[in-house]
Amino acid sequence: MTHRLRVFAIGGFLSYRALFGWLNPYLFVIILLVPSVTQILFFAYLGRAAGVEDDTFYVVGNAVVAAAVPCLFGMADTITDERYTHTLSLLVVSPASRLALFLGRAMPVAVNGAVVAAFAFVVGSLLLDVSVPASALGGLVVTILVTGFACTGLGIVNASLGLRWRESALLSNLILYFLLLAAGVNVPLDLLPGWLSTIAQGLPVTHGVEAARELVAGGSFSDVVPLLATELLVGLVYATIGLFLVRLFEVQARRGASLELA
Amino acid sequence: MRLLRTMAVGWTLHFKQESRNPFFLWIVICTPLIYATMAYFLFRGGTGGEELVAAAVGSGMMGIWSLTTTAAAAALQSRRRTGILELLVAAPQPFWAILAPITIAISALGVYSLATSMLYVRLLYGVSLDVQDWLAFAVAVPVGIVSMGMLGFMLGAAFVRYRSAWAVGNLFEFPVWTICGLLIPIAVLPAWVEPVAWIFAPTWGMNALRDAALGGSSPWDDVAMCAALSVVYGALGAVLLRVFLRSARRRGTLALS
Repeated sequence: MTHRLRVFAIGGFLSYRALFGWLNPYLFVIILLVPSVTQILFFAYLGRAAGVEDDTFYVVGNAVVAAAVPCLFGMADTITDERYTHTLSLLVVSPASRLALFLGRAMPVAVNGAVVAAFAFVVGSLLLDVSVPASALGGLVVTILVTGFACTGLGIVNASLGLRWRESALLSNLILYFLLLAAGVNVPLDLLPGWLSTIAQGLPVTHGVEAARELVAGGSFSDVVPLLATELLVGLVYATIGLFLVRLFEVQARRGASLELA
Repeated sequence: MRLLRTMAVGWTLHFKQESRNPFFLWIVICTPLIYATMAYFLFRGGTGGEELVAAAVGSGMMGIWSLTTTAAAAALQSRRRTGILELLVAAPQPFWAILAPITIAISALGVYSLATSMLYVRLLYGVSLDVQDWLAFAVAVPVGIVSMGMLGFMLGAAFVRYRSAWAVGNLFEFPVWTICGLLIPIAVLPAWVEPVAWIFAPTWGMNALRDAALGGSSPWDDVAMCAALSVVYGALGAVLLRVFLRSARRRGTLALS
């Protein structure tokens, strides 16, 4: 048990540090923090031009989806960076618990996603003069954490695909763009075709964004509990599928001796 | 003559090489598709043919810009990681003649982006691609691409000196998309934004392509601005490259990735 906790905590921490080129804090700012705000401004002005929704809609939507960026890319990079540094095969042959290994890597990434989302929320609100009721703050923190967790679940699926497919950055972008389009972040779900808004119900972020918008509009926390529960469930389903796929692809890669080639 | 040959061969080689990079192709092809679709839904599908053509051109330009900001840096970073950067810098040809073809070749992949977005609008929304001035359009595409490539070259100078400068490309992606009128009309932006947008080649490239496609005003002055900016970016980039290379060699940091 102690060994598993050690893999979970120390392995996760070191993997997280490695994501930023071995502790390079300004990379954190220019890769994650600044783009999350410039993205809000882009969509807010696009929304003004289209006359669809007000700034609050875009600030909330893009701030919450900002949690997805570190979760998707960070989780995928934990695999691809291991391959790049030729440590992936060592990792695969180690006796360490896969659950502890991947959950350890997921935890800091999920918290990171939540921090980026909170930053985007605060700065976006200040820049675009969006007011958030003080009573909503606690609920928003919970919403962002839950959404970060759900995105990490999808991130684990994404990371598992990295065991089979070399272009995981491409896949991360594909998923992120799909979330921007279909998860109700920038385009209201009722403007999307029916089939697309149905798919959106199974995506992380969709329910988190809806919950955050309800809170900012003055709804109480109890009103959004069902939405958060759904978001949590979506995240759990993705995390379970992801951990299963990690195991499956690992076995296949060992059998086909394709771990370093993928 | 030898310099021109170096540049021509470099451009051809990198255009071919980067055309086979799935990640770059994804950026140039899928970025316009996603953003054109988003614009279509946001404007409730109620935009007319002209607006859709403008959105197609704008989202195509967004793809070119994304590639310029991310891929130019990635190309240098991969050369640094594989140990080729030092060899290129030490080669007898000036380094600007090696770097500029790389960034222009990467921007030139943008023709895929424009073609994809125009075809998308034509095939999915049935909007006829009635370009008003084909000659101006045909001239504006390469001139616009070269100007964006030269902007990438200027940024690339910093990538040589600072090992983490590749990430700076991310900083410019959304701001340029926002202020250059690619998808958002400049009228909805604050007034102070417009003069800032003038220093970015995508502003003039977009104006040139939109005017050539839709008519209304002459695209040639915008084409001329793209050409002029290419010269300015090239000159500034060459100076910066000289300074940064000297600094990197003095500190011995060229190979540090």
